[in-house]
Amino acid sequence: MSRNLQYTDSGKLHHFLSIEGLRKETLEQILITADKFTQFGQRDIKKLPLLRGFTVVNLFFENSSRTRTTFEIAAKRLSADVINLNPTTSSTSKGETLLDTVNILEAMHTDLFVLRHAKSGVAELIAQHVPDHVHIINAGDGQHAHPTQAMLDMFTIRQYKGPFHELRVAIVGDILHSRVARSQIHALNSLGVHEIRVIAPNSLLPAQVERLGVHVYSDLQQGLDGVDVVMMLRLQKERMSKAYIPSEQEYFNLYGLTSESLAAAADDAIVMHPGPINRGLEISSEVADGPHSVILPQVTNGIAVRMAVMAMILGGDNNG
Amino acid sequence: MAEQMNIHIRGGRIIDPANRVDSIEDLFVSQGKIVASGKAPAGFTADKTIEAENQIVCPGLVDLSVRMREPGQEYKATLKSESAAAAAGGITTCCCPPDTSPIIDTPAMASMLTQRAAEIGLTQLLPIGALTTGLEGETLSDMFALHQAGCVAFCNAERPITNTIIMRRAMEYAASFDLLVMLRANDPWLSDEGCMHEGEISTRLGLAGIPEAAETIIIARDLALIEQTGVRAHFARISSARSVDLIVQARERGLNVSADVAIHHLHLTDYDIGKFNTFCRVTPPLRTERDKDRLREAVASGQIQAICSDHQPHEKDAKLAAFSDAEPGISGLETLLPLGLKLVDEGVLDINTLIASLSSSPARLLGIEAGSLGTGNRADICIFDPDVEWLLDNTKLLSKGHNTPFKHWPLKGRVTSTLHAGKIVYSDS
Amino acid sequence: MTKKIDVEVPTLLDKLVTDLTPLLSSNPLIIGIHTGGSWLAEILHQRLAISEPCGSLDISFYRDDFSRIGLNPKVKASHLPEDISDRHILLVDDVLQTGRTIRAAMNEIFDYGRPASIHLCVLVERNGRELPIQADYCGMKVNLSPDQQVKLSGPDNMSLSIGDNKS
Repeated sequence: MSRNLQYTDSGKLHHFLSIEGLRKETLEQILITADKFTQFGQRDIKKLPLLRGFTVVNLFFENSSRTRTTFEIAAKRLSADVINLNPTTSSTSKGETLLDTVNILEAMHTDLFVLRHAKSGVAELIAQHVPDHVHIINAGDGQHAHPTQAMLDMFTIRQYKGPFHELRVAIVGDILHSRVARSQIHALNSLGVHEIRVIAPNSLLPAQVERLGVHVYSDLQQGLDGVDVVMMLRLQKERMSKAYIPSEQEYFNLYGLTSESLAAAADDAIVMHPGPINRGLEISSEVADGPHSVILPQVTNGIAVRMAVMAMILGGDNNG
Repeated sequence: MAEQMNIHIRGGRIIDPANRVDSIEDLFVSQGKIVASGKAPAGFTADKTIEAENQIVCPGLVDLSVRMREPGQEYKATLKSESAAAAAGGITTCCCPPDTSPIIDTPAMASMLTQRAAEIGLTQLLPIGALTTGLEGETLSDMFALHQAGCVAFCNAERPITNTIIMRRAMEYAASFDLLVMLRANDPWLSDEGCMHEGEISTRLGLAGIPEAAETIIIARDLALIEQTGVRAHFARISSARSVDLIVQARERGLNVSADVAIHHLHLTDYDIGKFNTFCRVTPPLRTERDKDRLREAVASGQIQAICSDHQPHEKDAKLAAFSDAEPGISGLETLLPLGLKLVDEGVLDINTLIASLSSSPARLLGIEAGSLGTGNRADICIFDPDVEWLLDNTKLLSKGHNTPFKHWPLKGRVTSTLHAGKIVYSDS
Repeated sequence: MTKKIDVEVPTLLDKLVTDLTPLLSSNPLIIGIHTGGSWLAEILHQRLAISEPCGSLDISFYRDDFSRIGLNPKVKASHLPEDISDRHILLVDDVLQTGRTIRAAMNEIFDYGRPASIHLCVLVERNGRELPIQADYCGMKVNLSPDQQVKLSGPDNMSLSIGDNKS
């Protein structure tokens, strides 16, 4: 097996590529550190000088204005210099040019790449090929992982629901194509929630998903019964054309989260969504904007969580 | 190149499954042929003596699938480089699939390749002709002419023939002339964008999977057509336990079908992909431990008749990519025998069975003169030290492709000399 | 080797309370630096009978050695009143040595607003300054070799000790 690139030999966080392979203490440390950073959002000068002199490159081979923006804000709050690059995927469809792009930017003394790519494993590939002083944060690779999204979700769950060990969590929707769901499952398991359920038709579930430590439901009502947290996933509209599901209407009727279906969950359940939301496809506006929704706090928390990950990666490791 | 000499191979353990020989004897080569074993023929004077004490002397290996990359992809490898790699691996017969560029669908291409390899003279190249013109799966190739030009079998390489009537007619036509059809079973819709076995690991890695059914469905379909057409058929590179079962059942029903497996499927599983190790990206994909065990068992019991290298050399950049974008294949000529011997070392099969599945059995399937050390046969001989232990350094491979997942693997057993048509084409000293 | 200093912390605090009393007319905001400074700030706050709660600063996010030692995993949140602009601030720490902690604390304070003034009060002022920073009020002064370190233990029964830096 390949060695774990996410830690240095002394056990410090070096790259942030996937939740799988990270120690529970690291996840907890991210949550604790993020908690400290939330206070700074409210004061006069929101910046902290921690990353002064560091250069962060947001290298987004796949577009995502929301994720890129929160990474940019996080890096700027920490006083880093931030460069945003969206290389067109057509000019970098081959691996060698992908590594060329990174090598060129690395030669310009980049300290940290925040990387998004449409293909699974690209963050790992690049982490294998950068020199030791360059760090990688995976901002989403294919259908593999989106670890900062999962950590901001964990932060939000902890904020609203307290300790993890008694919580029942349901993840609803297109698990098959979701890097978010994979990272959430690993994070929830690592942090020790009581139960994780995935709710979807079989055509949207990856093979042997139960081996990731989840209970599988194809019925939304049964799956939501008594859960404390409902994590919705975005359904790409093109899934219909490849026959994953019959129609938007049938999907919404069976798996769309509405006030009626949410009634099966615990009274004080929270509803989450990584965005962008397809209103009327996976969730009704009533629920998305309703009292159970914590969708907007998720976005705010994303900044503090990303600050925490950047600070933990870029800081030295002589902390005694 | 080496001269045609009188060669005396002294003191080796001769394993020659085709002639049921396993004994310590001398072997004598003259005029490119094996002239005697045991005692030297009258008047034989050796120009060269190969000391083979504590070594095994077996037929030169017959590899059912070797991509030379020439013509068309000389940036990956050339006939010259890969012939040298084959010789270093003890392989004296290489069957080349037709997906070269241009494709082997004309007699001219077939004979050109054979001749080019013969000029290099390090290994015998046997072309496998395209089953359909341009591998398009639409019209039949000139199979008989291709056969006359040296094609030992016909296949559609990695390109599935989806139209069952075309497959049926290709089989019927091949059966008319008793030509061997090789089948790579793969349903293109089920495998779609898949790049590894569909299962827990593909789910963890977020990679599109290739279900086992992508292989078994086509095997089932083709078996029905084989039964109907009576063609001599061979399933190439099967990867799953259920595929073995289907083929075994068909043979029990009396069908004339055989199968081979790539050596890496006997050693690796999808677990070895680890964190997106592109060197483990192969087609068909590496499957589970259960599949690997069943394939091993099938080789040991003769249910799978041949082991091949499925040699696919690549330039460095081909593997420096996202897993799904990386080109599939392993550079396998020089590890075929050592990895086979590892199976013997692990008690999976005995040395005689291994050598049979690497030489006499594939030769028999193809109906060619190879894989035998009988007196009068062409002197294609592999001599190896079964005990030497070494670590694989992929940068030292003679193949231009250094792409192997077996880098740094401890291996036991290594070729010391290879003779092709009576010439020493490889020697480690 | 650690040895206790033969000085009672309460005696030093008595001196500081006396010295600080004239400052009360400016309605100062007391801010302690985590952790020892916060303990002292709490006591001074009580002894000086200031009604407004005192603030606390964890300067981990402002340290100048972040790229060498990284983030302190035990970092605490800072607590300052919402508006500190035009306030007179009394910054409290246990030991003043290099002055780097005070620099970091002042940087952090300025990110909350622009105070009217900052006075520095420490329990112990020792040699070893690396920045032009001095205490306005100090309990005691002491000269030590560079490898010695003064440490305040607490928060209950606070005591001072001198230890070997290398340990």
